Amino acid sequence: MKFVGKRLLQLIPILLAITFLSFAMMRIAGSDAVEEMYTARGTVVSDEVMQEKREELGLDRSFMVQYGSWLLGILHGDMGKSYVSGKDVFGSFLSKLPATLLLAAFSLGLTVLISIPIGILAAVRQGRLTDKILRASSFLGNAMPGFFVAMVLMQILGLKLKLFPVISTGVNLRSAVLPGLTLSISMTAKYLRQVRAAVLEELNKDYIRGLKARGISNRVILWKNVMRSASLSIITLLALSAGSLLGGTAIIESIFMWDGVGKLAVDAISMRDYPMILAYVMWMAIIFVLVNLATDIIYHFMDPRIRLGEEEEG
Amino acid sequence: MSDLLTIKDLTISYKETEAVSRVSLSLKKGEILCLVGESGSGKSTILKAVTGLLSSDGQIQSGQILFKNTDLASISDRDLRKLCGREIGVVFQNAGASFHPMRTIGDQLYEIERTVGRMDRKAFNEKAGGLLLKFGLSDPKRVLSSYPFELSGGMQQRVGIAAAMLLSPGLLLADEPTSALDVTLQKQVVEELLMTRQEYKAAILMVTHQMGIVRRMADQVLVLKEGKTVEYGPADQVLNHPKADYTKKLLAAEPKLRKSEEPEG
Repeated sequence: MKFVGKRLLQLIPILLAITFLSFAMMRIAGSDAVEEMYTARGTVVSDEVMQEKREELGLDRSFMVQYGSWLLGILHGDMGKSYVSGKDVFGSFLSKLPATLLLAAFSLGLTVLISIPIGILAAVRQGRLTDKILRASSFLGNAMPGFFVAMVLMQILGLKLKLFPVISTGVNLRSAVLPGLTLSISMTAKYLRQVRAAVLEELNKDYIRGLKARGISNRVILWKNVMRSASLSIITLLALSAGSLLGGTAIIESIFMWDGVGKLAVDAISMRDYPMILAYVMWMAIIFVLVNLATDIIYHFMDPRIRLGEEEEG
Repeated sequence: MSDLLTIKDLTISYKETEAVSRVSLSLKKGEILCLVGESGSGKSTILKAVTGLLSSDGQIQSGQILFKNTDLASISDRDLRKLCGREIGVVFQNAGASFHPMRTIGDQLYEIERTVGRMDRKAFNEKAGGLLLKFGLSDPKRVLSSYPFELSGGMQQRVGIAAAMLLSPGLLLADEPTSALDVTLQKQVVEELLMTRQEYKAAILMVTHQMGIVRRMADQVLVLKEGKTVEYGPADQVLNHPKADYTKKLLAAEPKLRKSEEPEG
């Protein structure tokens, strides 16, 4: 598909711009990676040693030269070595990905399973008791901060009922339940309203009157017609969430000691681990471009107005 | 012959305001009744009440809508839905918008067929193709595989009539079916509506403000003003010997159709 190729090519300038900007910002931030590194190790070293380290890492060179050499490395498939661990950045980053992928898939799956049916229910029962109860719970879910939900879940499901480990025992489904549930609760609260709004918007469109006048049953109107249109806006929302979930969720990952890329990014930032931060920034950029691309492809297949419009242009 | 549709003293209000007050009319099989009046006179409200499509703040206050001796004003939504399509067809002012924008015409017509029972898709395509041909759509195969937005306004309107007539209902409700079209297309749609009467012996209750079309089609005319009946009777009497001043004014306002004339409405 020409369209996909074009979008992937667009990724190149985006990545260049975004890495350049984050490179620049890290320098502007002013703190010194080498100083930070030794402070973190708790050792005091002489200025010469620090200077030597800077030279070793290439931090003494001019900004453009540093960026250029980093870029050259990337083109050769080398993302550099972590300032902190000294390990290969690409390898360490990759090792954290499964945890983030599992958590993202689990929480997103759970959110979809819960929020879409009850969002539709709230829309269909608009203004009635069911709708009011669901909207009130959504409000409650939105109002509770993630760390609070996390603590409540830990207390009840972890400590009292001992169903799930409070702190992760590794990358497995049982450990993913509590952080996943925490993420899903706030997402579900948000989605419920969005799904409800999307379905209601469709239910008020002209074609609904047309279908009713032709004797089409409510069930067919809802599932075959309304949901087809409403799913487009729901997919857009899901794509945005998928993007941010795949970027890791620093707070939740830290609370549950879930070893994903979110936690890695926070650690890298606090340690001024430049190569690691850049790897993370690139990952985020790629994720968002890919998720948007996937959304566009889904739109392309689902909405004939887009598909046929494109064909006419091409 | 007994009446197909009888409306008795129908009063409808939106919240506090009365939109239709004590309107009565009756329609026999194969008859065409036109509801005329200015916008806001309650014409469309009457049609919506028959199919139970009043918006949520619209309410039938009193009166009866008897269709084949069933009072549509008092039956459940579910029972009314069963009559829609099979016994009562509806044509909208903007038929294009009455179809789902993301599904093909064929799928949507098939869905109507499926409300009465199973039919093989191939057999259905045959049936629908024949119907579309009858309504002047020369390439039914293409129409069936098209999405609503791919059809022109005139084609959409004809597909709308075909959809309403798919299950051969005895009553067709048409809400300004020609107002969104240019003059040539209006003429064609009028012919097609007349054809439905001929072919299906369907009665038509039509809302319009185009007096030229009333003259061409109506057997009976009901003139509405602010929800009240001003004049009601056989077309010849109302159009040629109007009694009420309001009817005279409406008729005087009618643009005379000449070749150079702008589209009416």
